[in-house]
Amino acid sequence: METASKGIRRDKVINLINSVIEKVGAADEISREHIYAELKDLHDIIEATRNEINATRVTDISGTHIPTATDELDAVVAATEVATGTIMDACDAMTEYAEQLDPAHKDFTVMQVTKILEACSFQDITGQRITKVVRSLKTIDEKVSNLLQVLGDKLPAHTSATEAEDERTGDARLLNGPQMTDKAISQDEIDKLLEDLF
Amino acid sequence: MSVDKNMNVLIVDDYKTMLRIIGNLLKQLGFNNVDEATDGSMALEMFKNKSYGLVISDWNMEPMSGLDLLKQVRTLPANANVPFVMVTAESKTENVIAAKQAGVSNYIVKPFNAETLKTKLVSVLGDF
Repeated sequence: METASKGIRRDKVINLINSVIEKVGAADEISREHIYAELKDLHDIIEATRNEINATRVTDISGTHIPTATDELDAVVAATEVATGTIMDACDAMTEYAEQLDPAHKDFTVMQVTKILEACSFQDITGQRITKVVRSLKTIDEKVSNLLQVLGDKLPAHTSATEAEDERTGDARLLNGPQMTDKAISQDEIDKLLEDLF
Repeated sequence: MSVDKNMNVLIVDDYKTMLRIIGNLLKQLGFNNVDEATDGSMALEMFKNKSYGLVISDWNMEPMSGLDLLKQVRTLPANANVPFVMVTAESKTENVIAAKQAGVSNYIVKPFNAETLKTKLVSVLGDF
């Protein structure tokens, strides 16, 4: 539907341009008002298109959505690295403890610890995959930024009325976690807050 | 000829998790002199001060990749023949061919298990 409407609009622009060219060519017979009217139609279509581009909020893609997505993905990598480190610390402790066990129990424990260690390589694999996604997102970000630079001040400025609104209502608006570390408050701060509130 | 488990082993990976996993597995296999580097250039610097009997390296690292490290190591007069095992998530045929052409001794695709690591090490070092 949208594609069809864009196709129609493109045809309309081409027809208008051709019409203007024809009329300018035959300027003796056609009044300046006719040419003006057609140029005005062309201007209106271009203006409507600019407003439509603006309504898609392309600046938000580069300015907000992509940076947020990459930050979240970086946080996933960091969190899994910390968790994996903790698991491996426990593995080291178990391996050390196994030295005190009889041979059969020691072998069994070491074998199970080895399996846990092997499984920990998920952190490397998922980390590499997420890094690839982050790289792709950054490429998209770069392309969108370049596009915005080319369009420059041709796009109407955002007004506060057009800022993206959270369309959720009620308690649903509270669900935005997990928060990034720099945006979260600590357990101590939560405890303090609860003490102050009750 | 038996394998000298006291030889210096260098593991290279930009993920601390992998360094630790490989380090632990090597320890279980009896290798105790294990050094770590987080990319090819750091590893190459370490070759200036020490000779290694085995290198286990990831491929995808910055600024110097495992493949570039392999190529550089193969030009080092004192270490040109060191067994070099690539441990990587790069599992395309062209990767394996490129590594082989650069002189890799063996190739392990991540994720791998302790048994695979041991098998590959035996194939490059001999039975232990």
